[in-house]
Amino acid sequence: MLAKRIIPCLDVKDGQTVKGVNFLNLRHAGDPVSLSARYSEEGADEIVFLDITATNEGRDTMRNVVEKVAKQVFIPLTVGGGIRTIDDIRKILLSGADKASLNTAAVKNPEIIQKASQIYGSQCIVIAIDAKKENNEWFVYINAGTKKTEWKVLDWVKEVEKLGAGEILLTSMDADGTQNGFDIELTRAVSLNTNLPVIASGGAGADMEHFSDIFEQGAADAALAASIFHFDTVKINDLKNFLYNKGVPTRLK
Amino acid sequence: MSGLIVLDYGGGNLKSVTNILDKLGYAYNLTDKKEDILESDRIILPGQGHFAQFMESLNSKGLTEALIHKINFGTPFLGICLGIQVLFEESEEAPGVKGLGIFPGKVVKFTEGKVPQIGWNELKITTNNTVLTNDYVYFVNSYHVIPENKQIISAFSNYYIDFVASIEYKNIFAFQFHPEKSGEVGFEFFRRWIEKN
Repeated sequence: MLAKRIIPCLDVKDGQTVKGVNFLNLRHAGDPVSLSARYSEEGADEIVFLDITATNEGRDTMRNVVEKVAKQVFIPLTVGGGIRTIDDIRKILLSGADKASLNTAAVKNPEIIQKASQIYGSQCIVIAIDAKKENNEWFVYINAGTKKTEWKVLDWVKEVEKLGAGEILLTSMDADGTQNGFDIELTRAVSLNTNLPVIASGGAGADMEHFSDIFEQGAADAALAASIFHFDTVKINDLKNFLYNKGVPTRLK
Repeated sequence: MSGLIVLDYGGGNLKSVTNILDKLGYAYNLTDKKEDILESDRIILPGQGHFAQFMESLNSKGLTEALIHKINFGTPFLGICLGIQVLFEESEEAPGVKGLGIFPGKVVKFTEGKVPQIGWNELKITTNNTVLTNDYVYFVNSYHVIPENKQIISAFSNYYIDFVASIEYKNIFAFQFHPEKSGEVGFEFFRRWIEKN
């Protein structure tokens, strides 16, 4: 049986891991290469890097980070943030990433999903969606959560699936940074509305039931978190033992 | 340690395989040349992508016959993901396109659940297995192989149905999963496979 995945996310700025609260207040959380190696040893099923650098030099730094991590850590690596063109995707895959995650660029230019999945295969194209609820509807936000779009989340998910996306990385802006638990309602609505695997993101806190809840009630295929892992609030091996004992299909090391 | 080649068929992610070989400290030749295939003494065929494009790439580079010859001749061979699928005669992914046809059988698509299957799934090894144990390994696949000769199956996994996760036959090891992305389990496999051959 396919295991539910636990995915630590590293927000990387200028080669260092940082974590924001509600997309603001960045603080340093350590060297991404050693953090990745530690997570892999503790049983992380995959690692996501989010490049939050705005400059071209920053992008090159990010590729160097991925290249270094890929030489040490032999689990799947996903990179997102600032990926705009087919050439950006090519470069990040060449540096050792297994998947590229698109957000703003996919909304602005949906054709890129189709092109990229034809060239590299659906399996390496992840669509990241920042979702926020307004008047009982979830809307897609872009530009790191600063700009609302016309897209309703459920429609956008259908669209990206049709265009050839391989996976959805779904961040609830309402839950993100709260540490009060994942957004079960949003995740469940999306997961039951698509044939693509859904990675739930935003809201994980110290209570490990947040994870069993998002798998059992939210129908998530994977769950992503950042600060609780960076700051050792929750240890990945403890979390996986907890999930295993709860009967969630889990890969133990 | 010369003579180990990683076949560069012009697509997919070869880097994760070569990164593991680098970390293990084994020399290899990343190549798409027929002469290198013919002179090789171990072949790794990593694969990701589309069955038709893959075969077309091998055909257009003139590698197909050399590869079939070497595999049938007994050269230690490791196929990964698409590298297990092309060992068979045909695939639902590309009707009419001939695979390498080393084994009778075909490649079919999952009909249940979210496709592709993405993630870690558990192996259930058969008695025809000398290198694996019942560990979790990393899969990314929409298709799986159905060999006519069930004796070559070395592990199953379950994704709504039992499907073939690996085969083992004489000099041939081929995996539907990605050992190069399966953490320590995969790392250990590469070490053992290379040292054994």
